[in-house]
Amino acid sequence: MSTKRRIIASLVLRDGIVVQSIGFERFLPVGRADIAARFLDDWGVDEIVLLDIRASAEARRIDLATVEAVAASCRVPLTVGGGIRSVEDVRDLIRAGADKVSLNRAALETPELIGAAAEQFGVQCIVASIDVRRLANGKAHVFADGARRDTGLDAADFARSCATAGAGEILLNAADRDGLRNGYDLDLVEAVANAVNIPVIALGGAGQPSHFVDLLSSTGASAAAAANMLHYSEHSVAAIKSVLRNAGLDIRLDSRSDYRHVPFLADGRLDRRPEAELADEIFEYIPKEII
Amino acid sequence: MSAPVVIVDYGMGNIASVRNALAALGVPASLSSDRMDLAAAEAIVLPGVGAFGEAMANLHSLDLVGPLTEQVVGNAKPFLGICLGMQLIAERSEEQGDHEGLGWIPGAVVPIPPRDGFAVPHVGWSELAFGPDDPAFARLDRESCFYFDHSFTLRTESGLVRATADYGVPLTAVVGRANIIATQFHPEKSQRSGLKFLRNFTNRFAARQAA
Repeated sequence: MSTKRRIIASLVLRDGIVVQSIGFERFLPVGRADIAARFLDDWGVDEIVLLDIRASAEARRIDLATVEAVAASCRVPLTVGGGIRSVEDVRDLIRAGADKVSLNRAALETPELIGAAAEQFGVQCIVASIDVRRLANGKAHVFADGARRDTGLDAADFARSCATAGAGEILLNAADRDGLRNGYDLDLVEAVANAVNIPVIALGGAGQPSHFVDLLSSTGASAAAAANMLHYSEHSVAAIKSVLRNAGLDIRLDSRSDYRHVPFLADGRLDRRPEAELADEIFEYIPKEII
Repeated sequence: MSAPVVIVDYGMGNIASVRNALAALGVPASLSSDRMDLAAAEAIVLPGVGAFGEAMANLHSLDLVGPLTEQVVGNAKPFLGICLGMQLIAERSEEQGDHEGLGWIPGAVVPIPPRDGFAVPHVGWSELAFGPDDPAFARLDRESCFYFDHSFTLRTESGLVRATADYGVPLTAVVGRANIIATQFHPEKSQRSGLKFLRNFTNRFAARQAA
């Protein structure tokens, strides 16, 4: 049996706070990263990715105090990215509480850092983050500089070279779907998942729970990541997991509510239960479990 | 006053997370690479993320191999190894060459055997198969998931294996003998299931203290 398919929350940092990103161009404020992490952890998310999207461009590294605060607020694995340029940066981030690091610009500009970091910290610790846009002819190219500049590299080829260099996972970001809520780029994910034998995390385009079902039932992605929809939908993680479970997908259910009897609207949001049903509800006191 | 849990600080990996998780359980723990702290500790945790060879080199250069062995094997202190900390207690590892381990349990660390459809590294949440009435898994069940992230796996005597994770082949998830228990997964990163596992570990010496 393989591992459970993972639901990963991506926290995008800009100017020190979590933001909602739309097309890598417009940004709406969400709030403090450690508070977002605490909520997501409570809701049963399987992993958290914390990315400072301006760090590389501003020639600095993601703020260590923020990493420490986020790490202290969650009991799930934490991947951190933003301005990592050396093995020392990787070491500092791990000491601050990161379980894995995500290399985006470094994977393109200094691919030898992937191997050097993997040698020190193990391949399981290194995530290659790839921003991809489709060209007018449908080809999927790797983009650099905040998904603005076409590198001319094919997405699947580049993913393969990252895996060969020593990456343990691929974080595949369909940049042209960022914030659009129109579903994952399934063909892109499948092409990359077929090209490598390391886990692929798909990001970009999730807007409702059925998108997760589409992704995990039709591609080889190990994990589905989302950013915006997890912040702006009520009970998002539990709702997604409930829909995935009902679709027969093997996921981890560890939150206190499994939403088994809760109806959903077509867009995956919680529906109001009928008055008569609520009146018949038997209230049961469930004490908080003491670990 | 009893000495706290000592988390061995030897420059390998995300040790703050282990302290955070123990703190969530109300168990004070300190990070240390000092042999006097190991001697005074009530229990020892050896975490670790990284490469086997560098980890052993660090333990040697900090002069920790002797003191750790003395406390865990000699004095039978409760010991928890996590991830690389589990692999290090084996006799040797094939990761990037051939390296000698602490040798507290027989066996070797080898690459996860490649299988079609099973990506390596093994990253993510897996259920475990464990024996009935194992106190290490009190209040946990077959649906409890634990977080794994590794490319190498420990092969040891079947009598020492307390739990396995099915990944095309059974992977050693927990090994244990007397005072030693060690996990391939990260209990400090396995949310509520992980906290319960850690509580089961700390209960071993908390109960002894209370008695």
